[in-house]
Amino acid sequence: MLSIGLGHYLTLAAIIFTIGIVGIFLNRKNVIVILMSIELILLAVNINLVAFSIFINDLSGQIFTLFILTVAAAEAAIGLAIIVVYFRNSDTIRVEEIKNLKG
Amino acid sequence: MIAHSVFFYFFSLIAIISAVMVTVSKNTVHSVFFLILDFISISCLFIMIGAEFLGMIMLIVYVGAVAVLFLFVVMMLNVAEQKGQWFSSRWDGGTHIPIGLLVSLIIFFELIIVIGGWKYKPDLLNSLSVNISSDVTNTRSIGNVLYTDYILLFQISGMILLVAMIGAIVLTYRERAGVKRQSYVKQISRERDEGVDLVDVEKNKGVKIDA
Repeated sequence: MLSIGLGHYLTLAAIIFTIGIVGIFLNRKNVIVILMSIELILLAVNINLVAFSIFINDLSGQIFTLFILTVAAAEAAIGLAIIVVYFRNSDTIRVEEIKNLKG
Repeated sequence: MIAHSVFFYFFSLIAIISAVMVTVSKNTVHSVFFLILDFISISCLFIMIGAEFLGMIMLIVYVGAVAVLFLFVVMMLNVAEQKGQWFSSRWDGGTHIPIGLLVSLIIFFELIIVIGGWKYKPDLLNSLSVNISSDVTNTRSIGNVLYTDYILLFQISGMILLVAMIGAIVLTYRERAGVKRQSYVKQISRERDEGVDLVDVEKNKGVKIDA
């Protein structure tokens, strides 16, 4: 309990990952919060990679974390741009009112 | 050792609570603030565990760029204050809440089972690709690897950022009427004849420019 090992970090990452998934599933408010939940999930993956990298003594995990950071930043920029365009066209980003793609 | 564990529990408690608050809070601006708090505490954990470079990069990229971008979009779209509950739904009679909670609980327990079954395999150490040496700083060792072994991935991630930048600009660009702007084609294709007018000036008369 007192000595912090790999399992502690993995558990923390699992908890944050699950909170992000709950945020995606249960959110009925707006799409921006869903994007933030995706950021939480990527953060949990980053915690996993860094913890493994330190405890296995291999630097590759930290390199991968850098690339995940890059892709997360690009994804946030593109997603927010799409949300801005959608809001301009239909004046809402409430999740339950976005139904243009409904078949 | 005790200080290390105390700080670990402190930062991870803050991280978990703020992650919950990101999804639960009614005001979207508050969600962004809790997201920033989450990133800061996780980067403190990174610095504590020995990945200083990544912790600092997380602070710069996430808190300095991504979270501010979120805040900017939330304030620009004026959707900060949302009416009603955060999980309210008009159509289905709330069936998404128990199903979503069930699925996420199952995912969580699967992750916990994987972590609980994890054994520290000693033969894993033989398959190392890049060792962390203790006499070189974290930033220096990442730089040594990133610009040599991973140079192709590094360049590709730069291309990804370029594509994301161009994509965001193209998506949000719109033509507006009544905006005066330069016409590069018109400027470049100007000839000497239409730009310059040679006038014979008589003495003591000056030049009269007809408009």
